Amino acid sequence: MTSPAEVGIPPRDERAVRLGPTRRRPAEVLFHGLLLTSLIIGLIFLVTLLVYVVARGWPRLDARLWENFNSIRRPERAGAQAAIFGTIWVMGLTALLCLPTGILAAIYMEEYADKTKWWNRAIELNLQNLAAVPSIVYGILGLGIIARQFGLGTSIITAAITLSLLVLPVVVVASREAIRAVPSTIRDGSLALGATKWQTIWKQILPAAIPGIATGSILALSRAIGEAAPLLLLGAVTFVAFNPDSLTSAYTVLPIQIYDWIRQSREEFQVLAAAAIVILLAILLLMNSVAIYIRNRYQKRW
Amino acid sequence: MTVAAEQVSTASGAPRGSLRRSRPRYGELAIQAVLLLAALVSIGTTVGIVYSLIPPTIDFFRQVSFAEFFTGGSWAPLFEPPTYGFLPLLAGTLVITAIAVLVAVPLGLLAAIYLSEYARPGLRKTFKPLLEILAGIPTVVYGFFALAFVTPLLRGVWPVGEGPAIFNGLAAGIVMGVMIIPTVASLSEDAMAAVPQSLRDGAFALGSTKMVVSLRVVVPAALSGIVAAFVLGISRAIGETMIVTIASGISTEVNWNPLQAMQTMTAFIAQAGSGDIPVQSFDYKTVFAVAAVLFVITFLINALSIRLVRKYREVYE
Repeated sequence: MTSPAEVGIPPRDERAVRLGPTRRRPAEVLFHGLLLTSLIIGLIFLVTLLVYVVARGWPRLDARLWENFNSIRRPERAGAQAAIFGTIWVMGLTALLCLPTGILAAIYMEEYADKTKWWNRAIELNLQNLAAVPSIVYGILGLGIIARQFGLGTSIITAAITLSLLVLPVVVVASREAIRAVPSTIRDGSLALGATKWQTIWKQILPAAIPGIATGSILALSRAIGEAAPLLLLGAVTFVAFNPDSLTSAYTVLPIQIYDWIRQSREEFQVLAAAAIVILLAILLLMNSVAIYIRNRYQKRW
Repeated sequence: MTVAAEQVSTASGAPRGSLRRSRPRYGELAIQAVLLLAALVSIGTTVGIVYSLIPPTIDFFRQVSFAEFFTGGSWAPLFEPPTYGFLPLLAGTLVITAIAVLVAVPLGLLAAIYLSEYARPGLRKTFKPLLEILAGIPTVVYGFFALAFVTPLLRGVWPVGEGPAIFNGLAAGIVMGVMIIPTVASLSEDAMAAVPQSLRDGAFALGSTKMVVSLRVVVPAALSGIVAAFVLGISRAIGETMIVTIASGISTEVNWNPLQAMQTMTAFIAQAGSGDIPVQSFDYKTVFAVAAVLFVITFLINALSIRLVRKYREVYE
């Protein structure tokens, strides 16, 4: 496609009729520079943040961080093991709760829901709105309903249910997109051969949509891993010096441990916070890399 | 056609050649019910949020009048004697959101124009995911960065007077603005991508330069989507919690000066709610009442944003 974008550039062939000015106007060059600068400011900020955090946390980025428990009196011995294990527990449970629910909801909305019915439109609108509800409000939901009304208290399972509800819209949106990308010829072919609707979904559509669903699910979980605000209300901030061993045990997670260290006045804790941030970012980087790998390796272009 | 076919089948006495299935498939119906149940979880979430907010909020407003809450200029519910004037929280939220929007809207929109109209496909494929990383960084990390890096930097380079305090709204607002750049940029870019190529081609054919096409054709045509992106950015700034909890401090009085400490609605909820507060205490109800106000505000803003997005989709898709 010869894009009209090239109008400003002089034609290479000297015999050709010149359609545009030979030189780009100053305003054009300036505008292009302004656009590029805006993009680059964001990227410079990102690089500065990463470099700063790694440099600040470097002295404490060693085995103490994942082998030791937190210690308020002796920062040189403090570690984040309880927080790392807590994060693994909470994330595992969140994945168990929100992935099946989100994927089933997505199947319903893509394959079954009749868009002319008001209740299906309500579900749709409601999901859009939930995606933009502040995360701290989910903390209120967790505190008022799950911890108090359901009587689960401020435990791991409360945190996992709350985070599941928080990232559910993300899982649903990603899964719906993956399901929608499966061409309807596959669906029609399966139905024409006499498969029932569910057989078609289970044997044809889901296998084809799995890479997209997996990618979206990993990204949703990585959002849950970094989330701190709702857990502040759910008792995660308490001093914890043991690993969780059941669904109802007390817990802390990495973002909350980081927040707790940031609030301490001593310099050593600031360094610890930076070191723990490096670990958190490394986990997120790993998850995102896996998501990108799955997408590039398995995703089909139809 | 169908009438003729039916007549044939009745005439021959054989069972009707109906394309409908002969008996209901109960297994399929059960599966559909399970799927619907999963979809209803999201409705349950909204109902749960509203249900958890209403009773404590009603209790709160039984003791504190609307007039005191919405016009009072002092917010010190955990002090003795307590005051319940909401305006300091509103001022803090407004100031920090305004700073964040001033950072995110120009940078996000210009970056979106670059990605949508100027960048070659290869460049776009590199830049866009890089920019999206900004949205994936946990907010507690941004809070740390605002408090430990941006505030000292601002204090170091501040030309006149005292400069920002240790806890201030400016650093929190700037960092929050950078955080929502990807939100503004990617929604705006979607809207610009939905503008038909024929509009651009027409403008180019009339001799417009690229800048003119971008600013006079593409941006106006995508305006409702771009405004939706701004609105969603505002909503995210109002609801953001960790950055302000860590970096902007506490203020019990109305404060419009971003160089000083200020408290937002979200920061109050996080700070007052993070202890183990007894259910029957008035502090608990206060936290829920502020959360109810926050929920209503963001709900209205989101509804506006959803409406705007639908508008541009209707026009071009």
